[in-house]
Amino acid sequence: MKIQDLLQETYFALSANKARSGLTILGIVIGIGSVIAMVSIGQGAQGSIQASIQSIGSNLILIMPGAQRTAGVQVSAGRGSAQTLMQADADAIQKEVTLAKAVAPENSRRYQITAKGKNTNTQVVGTVPAYPSVRNIQIDMGSFISDQNIKSLSKVAVIGPATRDDLFGVDVNPIGQPIRINKIDFKVIGMTKSKGGTGFGSQDDVVFIPLSAAQRFLAGDAYVTTISVSAVDQNSMAATQQQITNLLLRRHNILNPLMADFQIMNQQDIVQTASSITNTMTMLLAAIAGISLIVGGIGIMNMMLTTVTERTREIGLRKSIGAKKRDITKQFLVESVMLTFLGGVIGVALGWAVSVGVTQFAGIATSISLQSVLLAFGVSAAIGIVFGYYPARRAAGLNPIEALRYE
Amino acid sequence: METAALKGASFKINDGEFVAIMGPSGSGKSTLMHIIGCLDTPTSGEYFFGDQSVAKLSDDELADIRMQKIGFVFQAYNLLSRATVLRNVILPLVYADIPKEQREKQAKESLRSAALPEEFWQHRSNQLSGGMMQRVAIARALVNNPALILADEPTGNLDTKTGEMVLETFQRLHMEQGRTIVLITHEPYVAEHAQRIIHVRDGNIVDDSQVKNRRMISNHI
Repeated sequence: MKIQDLLQETYFALSANKARSGLTILGIVIGIGSVIAMVSIGQGAQGSIQASIQSIGSNLILIMPGAQRTAGVQVSAGRGSAQTLMQADADAIQKEVTLAKAVAPENSRRYQITAKGKNTNTQVVGTVPAYPSVRNIQIDMGSFISDQNIKSLSKVAVIGPATRDDLFGVDVNPIGQPIRINKIDFKVIGMTKSKGGTGFGSQDDVVFIPLSAAQRFLAGDAYVTTISVSAVDQNSMAATQQQITNLLLRRHNILNPLMADFQIMNQQDIVQTASSITNTMTMLLAAIAGISLIVGGIGIMNMMLTTVTERTREIGLRKSIGAKKRDITKQFLVESVMLTFLGGVIGVALGWAVSVGVTQFAGIATSISLQSVLLAFGVSAAIGIVFGYYPARRAAGLNPIEALRYE
Repeated sequence: METAALKGASFKINDGEFVAIMGPSGSGKSTLMHIIGCLDTPTSGEYFFGDQSVAKLSDDELADIRMQKIGFVFQAYNLLSRATVLRNVILPLVYADIPKEQREKQAKESLRSAALPEEFWQHRSNQLSGGMMQRVAIARALVNNPALILADEPTGNLDTKTGEMVLETFQRLHMEQGRTIVLITHEPYVAEHAQRIIHVRDGNIVDDSQVKNRRMISNHI
């Protein structure tokens, strides 16, 4: 039996029972569609999380203080509360680590800020002029902190757009306005561009002041809470990280690297961690959607078994005019594969439509990869074969005499 | 426990003969038909189709013989009800891997042989009367140019008049085209349209003789 004959027989058989074929296909459509949609939402989330991690800086390495670990007793203070990093450490990194393109130490803490009777509680970052280049921050209005500001301990501030909205209102020019940080007057000299992102870790709700002023007037000490280092390129990040670790261990007189009193994270580690989390989420979503695919497959098997029973006499006739076992097997297998394949095509379209809809109306980023589409087709064809095999074998195994007599 | 449906049944059907196998229900004539039609093989004994011994063949080899050498006509027609007449007749050629261009030509030829008017060829088979459906079935049996046409109670579902039309078709195919036809029936009246009647009773052949007063339907001859 030739392929085109087989397809023609299949077409006749499926179109003879349009409603039933359609409903059976629907099961697969929903299964494949939900897998595609769920995976696209998961991959979209992964993409946007990676993008937002990338946006905090390029080739970024973060050094944070950590409590020194001593053998025997494990006392660990919260990250950032330990005070082990000094301004001098940052200067040394700048001077000695050749792979470090720019170094930006910061001393940040949350303070109450007031302006014209409004007030807000936000992150105040005392830092240096190199900070915008290390952390991908752009200036929207005015200017960022200058070397002169650092030297002269100027009480000037650069505010983020969200802070501006809180203190002065939307679309107000804040340049030149006074603000009070922890009861000390500062003058706004600039505003950063919005980087997007809301809630926890928003980079728009922030106030930058000179590091020297933060240490003198607000913190009252010479420690820094984070040193951000940007490596010259992506390939040298590991080497840079190693150099910094060696340098700081030497400066802090620590022999055993396991007992370091600081932590170093690089951006790739963060991206990898976030990716593994979103990967797990994607897998979970796909697995849940996959259950509906199995249910759809059982629907296919159910329909094929019904069909075989209904068409017993037809099978008997086909055998009596010379159809072999494999002809009958092929015919029913092609029917079920055709059902699932059609379901797969429509399901991919449905999944695509759903993910476009989710992006459009819920504002969640989605991305459909060619891989997931191919996987969906593969899975739907496999379901057709797996769930169609048993009914097809049953049809092929019928005795022609009994099949012809079947009422 | 095994019960023999047929025992000691030995006979020969010659090329070009029109034979009726007759017997009441339970006589073993169905088993005989299944073996003659290569739908089943005997548990013991021999069956030669031409020079080929059939008794020990596999399912696939039996299917090949049915495809190439036997045309079946059933009591219940067994047509694909939603397919057109033409498609029903073409069906055996699909399994025989006959090229597409040739199929329609062969099918139309056998529809003419079965005397089915051309206006019905594109009808769906469930729109036809019983007599017409049986003619489609005969056309389907003829389409692969078989050595043997095996008709199992072909008039069983038909009234006398349409039944006669079907029998007339068989007689004409036998006379004009020299077809070998085996007709299975329990009605003496139907059997008397053949040349020779084999009587089966309780698994034995009780009589095998030529028909003396053969009924001829001669309006076409």
